[in-house]
Amino acid sequence: MLGTSVFTNYEEVTAVILFAIGFSTLLLHKNLIRKIIGMNIMDTAIYLFLASKGYISGRAAPIITNGVMETEAYINPVPSGLVLTGIVVSVSVTALMLSLTIRLYRRYHTLNLDEIAILSRKGGK
Amino acid sequence: MEFVRNFPFFCIILSMFSGVVSSVLSGKNAKRLTFFSLTAILVMSFALLSHLMAAGESYTYMMGHFPAPWGNEIRAGVLEAFMAGFFSLIMILSLIGGLNHIREDVEETKVNLYFVLIDLLLSSLLALIYTNDLFTAYVFVEINTIAACGLIMIHTKGRTLLAAVRYMIFALLGSGLFLLGISTLYDLTGHLLMENMKESVAVLISKGEYGVPLLIVISFMSIGLAIKCALYPFHAWLPDAYGYSTASSSAILSSLVSKGYIFLLIKVFYRVIGFEIIAESKILNILFLFGVAGMIMGSISAMKENDIRRMIAFSSVAQIGYIFMGIGLGTEAGIIASLFHILSHAATKSLLFIAGVGLTDASGKKKDFASLRGAGYRNKVAGVAFTIGSLSMVGMPMFSGFISKFLFSTASLSAVPAKTLLTLISLAVSTILNAVYFLRLTIFLYTPVEGNHGAKMEWKTQKKFSLALGCFVAVNLVLGLFSQPIVNIIETGLKMFG
Repeated sequence: MLGTSVFTNYEEVTAVILFAIGFSTLLLHKNLIRKIIGMNIMDTAIYLFLASKGYISGRAAPIITNGVMETEAYINPVPSGLVLTGIVVSVSVTALMLSLTIRLYRRYHTLNLDEIAILSRKGGK
Repeated sequence: MEFVRNFPFFCIILSMFSGVVSSVLSGKNAKRLTFFSLTAILVMSFALLSHLMAAGESYTYMMGHFPAPWGNEIRAGVLEAFMAGFFSLIMILSLIGGLNHIREDVEETKVNLYFVLIDLLLSSLLALIYTNDLFTAYVFVEINTIAACGLIMIHTKGRTLLAAVRYMIFALLGSGLFLLGISTLYDLTGHLLMENMKESVAVLISKGEYGVPLLIVISFMSIGLAIKCALYPFHAWLPDAYGYSTASSSAILSSLVSKGYIFLLIKVFYRVIGFEIIAESKILNILFLFGVAGMIMGSISAMKENDIRRMIAFSSVAQIGYIFMGIGLGTEAGIIASLFHILSHAATKSLLFIAGVGLTDASGKKKDFASLRGAGYRNKVAGVAFTIGSLSMVGMPMFSGFISKFLFSTASLSAVPAKTLLTLISLAVSTILNAVYFLRLTIFLYTPVEGNHGAKMEWKTQKKFSLALGCFVAVNLVLGLFSQPIVNIIETGLKMFG
C-alpha cells in the first residue's frame, strides 16, 4: 500500500525530499549564503506541497470569466492564499538573513560560520 | 456584544500601530508611545480578565466579514487574557529596568527602532496568545522571530551578530518544521481554524484513518516549536544571544519570547489535536526526556560558566527543561504546573538579568566572577534583588520558584510510575545544582574586597532601575505567597480551552 501511494503522490514526495534537502543544508552547511539558499529550498518545498494539495485536476482557478458559478468547476483557493502569505514571510526572512550576512562579512571577511565563531572568540568582541 | 470584548483586537492593533508610528518618531517620543501602549494593553488585558472571570466562558471574535469556518478569528478566555496582561507587565518592568543600558548600547539614531521592535514583538506575542487560526499563528511566529533577532543584534558590540545569525538559523529550522506540520494538518482536516480542525481530527481518529500522518504532524509541530524555544539539545544559540545583547533584550527574550511559543504549543495540544490524543501518542515521552535532560545539562553548563550573564542564560535552558518536563507528564496537573512555571520563570529570570546588569555596572562592566566580588556592597539594590532571584530559582519557600517545584512534584504523582520517579529525582538533582551555582555567585557578591573594584552605585542615581527591581520582587512574592488564585485562573482557563 505504501509503495503505490508513493508513486501516485509524486508531487508530495518531491516536496518532502526537497524539504529534507533544504533543511539539512540550512542545518549543516558552514557557508552562510548556502544556508540561506537551503532555507529558501525548504520554504519553496512547502509551497509546492501546498499548491499541489490545493489543485484538483481538470478544474480552473476560481476567477469567474464565463459565468460558471458551480464550485465543482474551480480549485480550492485557500492553499494558494497560504502560499502567497508564505512567500511574503520567506522574502522578508531572506532579506534579514542576507543583511546579517553582509554585516558579518564586513566585520570578519569570511562567510564560513565556523571561522567567524573562532574569530569572534579570539577577538573577544 | 459588550465593548470589553473588543479588547484583544485593540491590544494587538494598538501595539502594532505604535510600532509603525514609532518608526518616524524620535527616540524619546517612541519610548513614550511604547510605554503608553504597553500600559494601555496591561489595563485592557486585566479588564478583559475580570470580565471573563465574571462571565465564566470564552468567546470568539470574528476578524473581517467571513464567518467560521472560512474567516479569521480571535479567541479570548481567562488564560489568554491573564497571559497577555502578565506578559505586558513583565515587558514594562524589563524596559524600565534596562532604560539606561538601552541608551548606552543602542546608537542614538536607532533608539526609536528599538521601540519599534519592542512593539512588534509584543503585538506578535499577543497575536500568538489570542489567535484562533493556525496559519495566522505561523505568520506571527515569524514576526516574533524577526523582532527578537533585531533585539539581539541592535547592540552591535561583541558577539551579538554571530548570536543573531545563529538564532535565526535555529528559529528558521523550527518554523520550517512547524509550517510543514500546519500544511499537512490542513490537508488532513481541510480547516485552519482550531475548533474545526479539532472536530476533523476527532473524526479521523474515530475512523482510525491517517494515524501515521497525524503522528508526524504532532511531532513536526512539537519539535519545531521546541527548537524555537531552546529545548535542551537545540540550545546552542541561546547563551550568546542572551549573554551579549542589551539587558532589556535579554530579559524580554528569555522571559517572554520562548514562553510565547510554549503557550502556542499548549494551545495546539489542547485546541487543535485534543489533549487525550496527544497523551496517547509517544511524542510526549520524547518531550519529557528532552526536558529532563535539559534540566540537568543546562544546570551543569551553568556551573561551568564564569560569566554572570551566560550563567543566567544557561539557567534558562534548565528552566525550559522544567516546562517541557511538565508538559511531558501527560496530565492536566502537569500542564498547570508548566503554565505556572512560565509565569514564575518570566518573573524571576527578567529580575536576574536586570539585577545582574546592575552588578556588572558596579564592577567596571566586567562580567566574570572575580570582578564581581563584593558587588553586592557596591550596588545594594541590585545585590538584594539578585539574591532574591537566586533564592526563587533554587526554590526557597515564599518565592515563586518554590510553588512551581511543588506543583511539578505533586503533578508527577498522578503520572505513570516511571515518570514520577524520574521527575522527582531530576527535580531533586536540579535543585541542588541550581543551589550550587546561584548561591556560589551570591557568596561572591557578598565577599568583602580590599581596594577599588568599581564605582559605588547610589540609590538616588538609579531610581527607575530600583523601582523595576522592586516591582519584580513584588511580582515574585505575589506568585509565591498567593499562588492559589493564580492556579485557579490557570485551571479555569484550561477548562475553557477544551
